[in-house]
Amino acid sequence: MQADVQPLTAEQVGAHTHHAVPRAPQPYTNPYLAGFGLGLVLLASFVIMGRGLGASGAFSSLVAFGADAVAPEHTRANAFYAEYLGDHTRHPLMDWLVFEVVGVFAGGFLSGILAGRVRMGIERGPSTTNRMRLMYAFAGGGLMGIGAKFARGCTSGQAMTGGALLNVGSWAFMMCVFAGAYAVAYFVRRQWQ
Amino acid sequence: MNAPFFKFGLFGDNVSLIVAFLIGIGFGFFLERAGFGSARKLTAQFYLTDLTVFKVMFTAIITAMLGLFYLGWMGLVDLSLVYLTPTHLVPQIVGGFLLGAGFVVGGYCPGTACVAASTGKMDALINLLGIILGIVVFGELFPWVEGFYYATPMGQVTLPQLLNLSYGLVVFLVALMAIGAFAGATWVEKRMAARKGGQPS
Repeated sequence: MQADVQPLTAEQVGAHTHHAVPRAPQPYTNPYLAGFGLGLVLLASFVIMGRGLGASGAFSSLVAFGADAVAPEHTRANAFYAEYLGDHTRHPLMDWLVFEVVGVFAGGFLSGILAGRVRMGIERGPSTTNRMRLMYAFAGGGLMGIGAKFARGCTSGQAMTGGALLNVGSWAFMMCVFAGAYAVAYFVRRQWQ
Repeated sequence: MNAPFFKFGLFGDNVSLIVAFLIGIGFGFFLERAGFGSARKLTAQFYLTDLTVFKVMFTAIITAMLGLFYLGWMGLVDLSLVYLTPTHLVPQIVGGFLLGAGFVVGGYCPGTACVAASTGKMDALINLLGIILGIVVFGELFPWVEGFYYATPMGQVTLPQLLNLSYGLVVFLVALMAIGAFAGATWVEKRMAARKGGQPS
């Protein structure tokens, strides 16, 4: 696990890693311009579909599908999984958010490859081990999975989508996301040092 | 124009999945453009050295909010047909704290982890596995946490309804607040850069 791959910022990455794209990564887009683009995508989703964006919901469908394949009786008796399995007239992965998230992977890759930013590696600070960084990444993911389910969405489905719709629960959620992250940031700073 | 198009039956479920894929491409594209495929760029928000997350997120919120407000005002979009997730205040507050803590521990949020994984970040892939495990844990514990999950229901409710203010006024205030916060964020970044120049961390 102790590979020497250690991408830093987009500007530094090229110097440290072997990669398929020989040119240096381009700088990131201006935050207001990128935000405007994201906002237009979200607006398009409202106008075309009558719903916003999402991410964590797609993984719930995936989990429900997996659980149903392993233990169908157990899964169908569980109200949480049952909601994602639907009425069994459609495959649980033939779901709007699942297709949207597949698009997110494709869009992210497209942008990354065009900007020379696709690199295999583990992003971490210079004095942290890969193992430690991956343990943090896994633990953080676990907390987010649980949190997103209690909140009925994540930064995409609640904070951004509900934020734009002035949804009360979304705004409460968003402020708590920032509060929770700032409260814990100090204790996990080592992974970037 | 009768929008939302899907709600007016302009196309069916199968076409909606193609639309989902295309909208997802746009979503992932701009997340990556903003630099959100990088955990360091994302978490810098919480160490106050780079407030791009805040700027991008609020620009997106303001853009979509204003766009939807004007389209609704012009009668082009029936706003009552745009889905609003019902509010369950206390579980959403708890979920927010958990997700925020998980964000800074793991380095990504769920959507940005997808973008980072698609651009080769192994830590993002592990982060996604963690998210899946978290959902399994939630799912398995659901019969025991169900009561809390449905606690403090407020129904489908917006800030204008809660505050008893007009939709337009709240839209205006949120936009105004965001512009002030953008200026504040840039000021904080400059202060932190100046501090860092004096004493490298």
